[in-house]
Amino acid sequence: MAERATSLGWQVIRGYAVLVYIFMFLPVMVVVLLSFNASQFGSFPMTGFSFRWFIELWENEAILRAFRTSVILGLLTAAISTTLGVLASLALVRYRVPGANMISTILIAPILVPEVVLAVALLLFLNFLGVNKSFTLLLFGHVIFTLPFVILVVQARLISIRRDVEEAAMSLGASPVQTFFQITLPLMLPAVLAGALFAFTISFDDITGTLFWKPGGVETVPTQIFAMLRNSISPEINALGTVMIVMTVGLPLLGAAIARQISKKSGL
Amino acid sequence: MSSVTLNNIVKRFGSFTAVHRTDLEIPEGAFLTLLGPSGCGKTTNLRMIAGLLDPTEGEILIGGRRVNDVPIHKRNLGIVFQNYALFPHKTVAENIAFGLKYRDVPSGDIPGKVQAALDLVQLPDVGHRYPKELSGGQQQRIALARAIVIEPDVLLLDEPLSALDANLREDMRVELKRIQDQIGVTTVFVTHDQSEALAMSDQIVVMSAGRIEQVGAPQEVYNNPASEFVANFLGASNVFPAECLEAGPSGAVLQTALFGKVPLPVEKSMRVAGAGPAKLVLRAEKLQVMKAGATPEGMITAPATVETVDYQGQTVRYFVRVGDTQLQAINMIDGYPFSKGSAVTVAFRPRDGSALAGR
Repeated sequence: MAERATSLGWQVIRGYAVLVYIFMFLPVMVVVLLSFNASQFGSFPMTGFSFRWFIELWENEAILRAFRTSVILGLLTAAISTTLGVLASLALVRYRVPGANMISTILIAPILVPEVVLAVALLLFLNFLGVNKSFTLLLFGHVIFTLPFVILVVQARLISIRRDVEEAAMSLGASPVQTFFQITLPLMLPAVLAGALFAFTISFDDITGTLFWKPGGVETVPTQIFAMLRNSISPEINALGTVMIVMTVGLPLLGAAIARQISKKSGL
Repeated sequence: MSSVTLNNIVKRFGSFTAVHRTDLEIPEGAFLTLLGPSGCGKTTNLRMIAGLLDPTEGEILIGGRRVNDVPIHKRNLGIVFQNYALFPHKTVAENIAFGLKYRDVPSGDIPGKVQAALDLVQLPDVGHRYPKELSGGQQQRIALARAIVIEPDVLLLDEPLSALDANLREDMRVELKRIQDQIGVTTVFVTHDQSEALAMSDQIVVMSAGRIEQVGAPQEVYNNPASEFVANFLGASNVFPAECLEAGPSGAVLQTALFGKVPLPVEKSMRVAGAGPAKLVLRAEKLQVMKAGATPEGMITAPATVETVDYQGQTVRYFVRVGDTQLQAINMIDGYPFSKGSAVTVAFRPRDGSALAGR
């Protein structure tokens, strides 16, 4: 092992991997660093350390409104997607549904279709039906887009839960509904949480679909940033970017930690 | 505790018939084993009794009550699964208490009942642990405790020992039988392992390809198989063609090419009605391989040649050739086995044979 780790080939591979990581994460680091820059101009060298841009962010009514919209949209998307995803997974894994494979493919398809295509298609379809753009439509779009992730995660977990554990619960007197809440749901809880977090973070950062579906006057954080960028490059955007990074990276990490805690307890 | 009755049960999956028309009566308190190779329908029968599968035709009665339309959670059964099926997110005590929560057991009585069940399976101190912290054998005992604490009408055991390793399996076999004797619950045990079936059962039901081949006490099924399948599934047997010369209240006489005339006592020849084609069944353990020229008292002999020697220490399995037929003999030995190629004499007592009708 030691021999291999020090050989030239491995050194090169290691160096290359580091370069790839730098290429991927340097821009993110720059955004985070500049968000603490005291200067008016978002560029190096930094002139001092300050929370000024975070405070301005906090005082910017439009951004706060966008933030609230994003959080509400994300939570609703997560709640609806997770509920539908769990039910769909149960049907597909536990019951013999005619055409289960096709239903499964259709449910997963939104991941495979380019988001722009999906966004335009849904918009045209609803125009055709004469439905106007609204917050509900936006929510609907986000649910379609996040549902596959929930289904993939929950389905994988459900397959690993042995059917005989549920049969044992029923043989002991639990009805199918009691069995679900007492046995199946607790066992798939880590996947349900993971699915909900996926749905929330995907909805929270989504911009393509959101630009098409959002009604006039409603902005989410990504569309707000997009709008601000069109006017000027304010250092506020760096601060907002930092907040977004913390949320979209921190939440899944937190979720993974909780899921691991649950799994540890149940021994799965 | 209740009897279980299967009346005219048929189970089809699409065009495949898993269980052909079956009638079976399991008396109250009996330990009955469904024995057969995989795919013979034994697990299908168990799952129909459990309510996990609906029979296509026929009816199932538990304690005289028709249960076809009673869902599993209202049948009051204890089921032990092959892979234990313990709830991994609940402690051992919570696992055992699970069934009690759905019965009219005052919550104050639950800990006492759980402890009594743990004592019965001889694991009194593991209540606070999680299933994954226990060994396979211990988990299976907990699964058994969980199934019997609810005082089920019928205990269903679906290959409960096959996930355990060999030594543990034999211990658990004794343990399971002890517990069943102690609580006296009607038990249906599914296995493909003939020694488990012989050791534990009051009654064995041998199944093959969705049909019952034979129902009987272990000694009966072992000594007097009803078909060639049963003879070969429970250990190794030699089955060869014979001609029944006469059959009556004093027994039967079979004419065989290899051993000449073989007189059988009446209890071993009840499957042949009279003169006609028949088969002679001779268990491998009952065929003795001896020095060439031996003429043991009261035994039928034939000269033979040893073709294969499968030495297993205490016993040895020979394949010997008699005429143009290969026979199998499993003998206890003391010292060295006969070597391959030796000329020997094979011998058996006539009462150790049994007769089947037909070709």
